[in-house]
Amino acid sequence: MLDRTGPLLAVKDLQAWYGESHILHGVSFDVREGEVVTLLGRNGAGKTTTMKSIMGIVGQRAGSVRFEGQELIGKQSNQIARAGIALCPEERGIFASLSVEENLTLPPVVRPGGLTIDQIFELFPNLKERLGSSQGTKLSGGEQQMLAIGRILRTGARLLLLDEPTEGLAPVIIQQIGKTIRALKQQGFTILLVEQNFRFASTVADRYYVMEHGRVIDQFANAELDANIDKLHEYLGV
Amino acid sequence: MITIFGIPSAALFGQLLIGLINGSFYALLSLGLAVIFGMLNIINFAHGAQYMLGAVAAFLLLQWTGIGYWPALVVAPLVVGAFGIVIERTLLQWLYKLDHLYGLLLTFGLALIIEGLGRNYLGSAGLPYTLPDSLRGGQNLGFMFLPNYRAWVIVASAVICFGTWFAIERTRLGAYLRAATENPTLVRAFGINVPVMITLTYGFGVALAAFAGVMAAPIYNVSPQMGSELIIVVFAVVVIGGMGSILGAILTGFGLGIIEGLTKVFYPEASNTVIFVIMAIVLLVRPAGLFGRRA
Ligand SMILES: Nc1ncnc2c1ncn2[C@@H]1O[C@H](COP(=O)(O)OP(=O)(O)OP(=O)(O)O)[C@@H](O)[C@H]1O
Ligand SMILES: [Mg+2]
Repeated sequence: MLDRTGPLLAVKDLQAWYGESHILHGVSFDVREGEVVTLLGRNGAGKTTTMKSIMGIVGQRAGSVRFEGQELIGKQSNQIARAGIALCPEERGIFASLSVEENLTLPPVVRPGGLTIDQIFELFPNLKERLGSSQGTKLSGGEQQMLAIGRILRTGARLLLLDEPTEGLAPVIIQQIGKTIRALKQQGFTILLVEQNFRFASTVADRYYVMEHGRVIDQFANAELDANIDKLHEYLGV
Repeated sequence: MITIFGIPSAALFGQLLIGLINGSFYALLSLGLAVIFGMLNIINFAHGAQYMLGAVAAFLLLQWTGIGYWPALVVAPLVVGAFGIVIERTLLQWLYKLDHLYGLLLTFGLALIIEGLGRNYLGSAGLPYTLPDSLRGGQNLGFMFLPNYRAWVIVASAVICFGTWFAIERTRLGAYLRAATENPTLVRAFGINVPVMITLTYGFGVALAAFAGVMAAPIYNVSPQMGSELIIVVFAVVVIGGMGSILGAILTGFGLGIIEGLTKVFYPEASNTVIFVIMAIVLLVRPAGLFGRRA
């Protein structure tokens, strides 16, 4: 049953393990349609693991992940992708044995309504110039990040999981990615973002969840950011 | 009599032809091994036995049902490929996360079982497979006589090798395969059913071996040990070419077949060992193989 009144993504008591190590100890949060929600937290807090658990690519998971009211916890990652969720992984995951064009068109279209290649080039003009490049990994870090985001926009997925898209990039490129995220939000995409850099996050996010040791320990809206800044510094150890 | 470097040209071209024929089989088999290794991370030691099964299937199709060479060229790879799919689903799929060694041991065991069964039911003497009428005879090229069947084997093998290379390197399906070889988890998280792709890849690699087996049936006798004799050389070819490179497997296969043929002309004593000597040198100089990606 499609439940249009509830949040687009509802994560409840999510637990995850890598082999024997228990990493997520009951993570709960919601993402409503059209929102940009940011997960904050120190290194090792479990942000990436949360993304991977939603996508179904951790060793073992339990709890509940509902997307459009549909329970995904028992599904395989290929089925989860087909439900309309797309991941841009922390390590970007550009394929060395694929050309730039092949990388861009690799993820299959899972639903109608995705961006066209031309619309993707409007967001990332640099990619168009590098399209002929024989190896996706020959691009600069920034270009690879754009490719990693660009390729999931074609698929028609409505929920994008972006894991630290600004990590290790130059300020101009970070700005461009911020602009892109705002443009995507305007177009109706829903985005779950992981960020260490909450200055950047504050330019795009509607709400924040703070994670520590595999749990959500706090949450607030973007308007409450200033009021929470001291607490946040403490959480993030900056 | 025309001679080249003091060798009668007919002998030279004759050995070159034999070299090309052997090279055709090396290329087909090492290509299958490379495709399987890339996707499954398994060194398929049963490849020789699966090649033999292709030849045996062609032989039995003819004996039991009168189905001839041309249909067998399609039917035998399909049947043996399906057998490969059953092996992948029941046995191999449990080994992907383990060291290469487990896959190697399992497929080695399978090869021994298949060959043992073959000896039990067929005996170890070779069984002759009659050439299709359409490919009897040959062409006199002036400098040598070219049997039609051998020409067919070389052309067919080159076409299949090129087709496989094209499919993997230049098509969308091939892009999925290459990507899944690099990072299967991410490819699956894009919505592609990677486990099915892996199963079909193994089926395809096994079918390639069986196809080579059917082509070999009229040239060599059909015998249970025909695969194990060949596969040792093919593994040397794979080591020289480098695991995981499609083009490398094809070029090295044909190239080493030719080198072996030429050695038979110029220094016959070394013809059985030349490939292993080259392997030793390559291992010393370029351990990843001539076309290997990993250093
Ligand atoms: N593949 C793995 N196997 C075992 N443990 C892992 C694995 N990946 C991550 N971990 C552990 O899980 C915990 C959470 O890691 P995770 O990558 O989710 O953190 P994160 O919040 O994304 O950190 P960062 O900000 O550094 O990206 C860490 O303690 C990490 O060491
Ligand atoms: Mg992370």
